[in-house]
Amino acid sequence: MSVVELDDAVAVLGQFPALAGATLRVEQGEIVLLRGPNGAGKTTLLRLCAGLLPLVRGTGTVLGLDLTTHRESIRRTVGLLGHQNGLYLDLTVAENVRFWGSTVGASDDEMRVAMRRLDVAGRLADVAVSRLSAGQKRRAALACLIARRAQLWLLDEPHAGLDASARDELDDTLRQAAAAGATILVASHELERAGSLATRSVDVIAGRVHDVVPGDPGSGNHAGNQEGAR
Amino acid sequence: MSTLRIARLVAAKDLRIEWNSRVFVNQVLPFAGVTMVIFAFALDADSVLQRVAPGLVWLATLFSMLVLVQRAFAVETADGALDALRVAGVDPRAIYLGKAAALGVQLLVLEAVLLFAAVVLYGQTIPAGGWVLLVTTLISATCGLAAVGTLYGGLAAGFTGRETLLPLLTFPAVAPVLIGATRAVEAALGTAGAVVSDGWPWVGLLAVFAVAFGVGGALAFGPLIDE
Repeated sequence: MSVVELDDAVAVLGQFPALAGATLRVEQGEIVLLRGPNGAGKTTLLRLCAGLLPLVRGTGTVLGLDLTTHRESIRRTVGLLGHQNGLYLDLTVAENVRFWGSTVGASDDEMRVAMRRLDVAGRLADVAVSRLSAGQKRRAALACLIARRAQLWLLDEPHAGLDASARDELDDTLRQAAAAGATILVASHELERAGSLATRSVDVIAGRVHDVVPGDPGSGNHAGNQEGAR
Repeated sequence: MSTLRIARLVAAKDLRIEWNSRVFVNQVLPFAGVTMVIFAFALDADSVLQRVAPGLVWLATLFSMLVLVQRAFAVETADGALDALRVAGVDPRAIYLGKAAALGVQLLVLEAVLLFAAVVLYGQTIPAGGWVLLVTTLISATCGLAAVGTLYGGLAAGFTGRETLLPLLTFPAVAPVLIGATRAVEAALGTAGAVVSDGWPWVGLLAVFAVAFGVGGALAFGPLIDE
């Protein structure tokens, strides 16, 4: 069973069909890069998979749950990380992980494992999030995703605002998570970095998904820009 | 996870945030105290102050509540945590009840401090026979204020200009609490010849208000914070 299965999926923002017949399959453990220009539908695709937008036409399942009838259940099994981290700045890292883990009944052991995997279990655990660097905040946010047992990670421009070393840390973290069984969809404009991280890339152009020809890392962006210019 | 269990988690998280940041102790309580002192300067006569003390306590409570409500939702929006709660499928009724409970705890402490300030600054006395009515009034009025504050705080959190929008929305809605709580506290304190039995109908009004806004807020909060 695929983790994500979309067939001719249509989702609208207001009256505008931001996804206009998208078809996509993602298997467990894959890191799939979504490429495309601004407004092509990448974020909409992530939000549809997160159960935040209704499926207007077509069919779709996430982790075996139907996108038309089980959106609330889907929300509990996926983690969406956008430009913000969803952390409480006045709480420590440990307090944040404990809170998010507790919302799904995670045990203390699970929360400790989540913090160790993201390397925030040591001296960072008792530091207020407001005092962390951007990269450390990202790691803390990902620890929260693990603590609340997210099986599908939906990341929107995850490298934004991070310096080079924090980007390297994040990539290592995502590779380890995928190796441990997490499935990851990444929307990014940083094709070189995200492309080297991903196991597969797809282009999102004008609300449709196209497979990327191997060995052509820049084609999606180029095509997308042409599409956007039209 | 049951709604009540998640609500307890949210309330504990909010109180932990206040404990860590000390905003309530270092900013809200001093603000409330200064407000009471300013009232004393403005109404510079003991007889007048004692007559209007119950109303001044509740006015200071309302002003301070706005600071608390804005703070309660600022911590949710600073790094997108409210969105993250929604994305994670956390029951919005639990978020509402949890945040209202945390706000209620802080309001109760605030009201106790303000009553103490009224005794010290205005020479107000609390007769022994009025304590039950006083405590019941504080609890029922607090429930109503917390229910309204959380509802409108959640509504205003998504808007630009929320700092000015919140008082515009909240003050008209809590007018019944201000009137009812002031009359009930006047009865508890025996202000201007009022007797304890005069206060209980007002407590009834406060209880009905709290239940109506509590139930309505829990039902409306999800659509309010959803897109």
